[in-house]
Amino acid sequence: MLKKRVIPCLDVRQGRVTKGVRFKNNIDLGDPVEMAVCYSDNGADELVFYDITASAERRPIDIGMVAAVARAIRIPFAVGGGIASLEDMERVILAGAEKISVNSLAVRNPQIIAEGAAAFGRQCVVLGMDPVKSARCPSGYEVTTRGFREFTGMDAVEWAKRAAGLGVGEIVVNSVDADGTRTGFELEITRKIADAVGVPVVASGGAGCPEHLRDAFLEGRADAAIVAGILHTGDYTIPQIKSVLDAAGIPVRLRWD
Amino acid sequence: MIAIVDYKAGNLTSVKLAFEALDCPALITSSSDAIRAAERVVFPGVGAAKSAMENLRSMGLTEVVREVAETKPFLGICLGMQILFEHSEEDGGVDLLGVLRGKVIRFPDVPGCKVPEIGWNEIAANDPRGFVRTHDEYYFVHSYYAEVTPCTVATAGYAGVDFSAAVRRGDLFACQFHPEKSGKTGLRLLRSFINEPSSEGRP
Repeated sequence: MLKKRVIPCLDVRQGRVTKGVRFKNNIDLGDPVEMAVCYSDNGADELVFYDITASAERRPIDIGMVAAVARAIRIPFAVGGGIASLEDMERVILAGAEKISVNSLAVRNPQIIAEGAAAFGRQCVVLGMDPVKSARCPSGYEVTTRGFREFTGMDAVEWAKRAAGLGVGEIVVNSVDADGTRTGFELEITRKIADAVGVPVVASGGAGCPEHLRDAFLEGRADAAIVAGILHTGDYTIPQIKSVLDAAGIPVRLRWD
Repeated sequence: MIAIVDYKAGNLTSVKLAFEALDCPALITSSSDAIRAAERVVFPGVGAAKSAMENLRSMGLTEVVREVAETKPFLGICLGMQILFEHSEEDGGVDLLGVLRGKVIRFPDVPGCKVPEIGWNEIAANDPRGFVRTHDEYYFVHSYYAEVTPCTVATAGYAGVDFSAAVRRGDLFACQFHPEKSGKTGLRLLRSFINEPSSEGRP
């Protein structure tokens, strides 16, 4: 049986892992490669790295870090932030990442999804989206870009469907309202998107305890869930999270040695 | 030396890095001579079957891959396993290398089962050489699957289907999952492949 995935997320700024609340007030947490190895050795099913300032600073992603991570770990990882072209995507893949997460770029140029899927396979192209509650969109959620700096007017569910049609292999739904709050995932938009598309959906933003992941899988109908702050600060470990999921009857990978 | 066949079908870096993690040098190559000279051959691949077959043909690699699949310790991975079969439903139908009997089929649409299957799945195995074991968990990424055939040595289930997670015929072993991305379980499989005596070393 396919397992539900637990995916630690490492936000990287100037070569260091940081963590903020609603994309602000970031604090330093450690070295991305060391943290990747630690999570990989302790039951992470996959990892995701975001070069969180690359997009806003309009500079390319840190390829040296991608290559160092690829050399250090033997589980899949995705990379996002600062991807501006098909060439950028190729450089990230050749450096050893499995997946590229496109967010602002895909909003500006949706065709990049189809081009990326044709060039590298759809499993390589992940749509990251940062929806925020908004009365002006039919689903109640609007897509924002550039780290919550810009509103797009696009409905989050419609954008997910369109991106799936263009060829993304997976969609990460990162709630801006929940990000860093530890109050639980935004289940409503996660479920709406999971029900609307045929590709896997990853819940992101708001994990405060293992039960929040359980809710993301059972109520949000997510295929995977991203955790950051509660792992980085040591409040919970991946085995602790997975034992709660296992007890709730959710299939998870429990052996990795 | 291990040759990793480069036919412009996806990410070879992580395959090479996984062998390097086992202190086993591997050469990424599209040279028929280098592939024939290698002790072992790895045939990876992600992406679409049709463009992969077109690349193999245009790069003149079809024959050498067929040949070494019969004569050397050979490891097919993901699309590199699927291409060994006869035919795929992908892209409206594609004829494959036909090294193994059987066909490649798309997962049915089942509510709650997203396609592609992405993530860790558990296998049931019956491999005479013990490369894979029952209850092993490996990382899968695929929308199409190879049907279960007499060569199947491991199965996994998804979307109501039991499919070939791994196949073997003699020194040819191929898997749908990604051993290079399956943590320590995957490294153990790659170690088995490296340690298997090559045909030249046999009496």
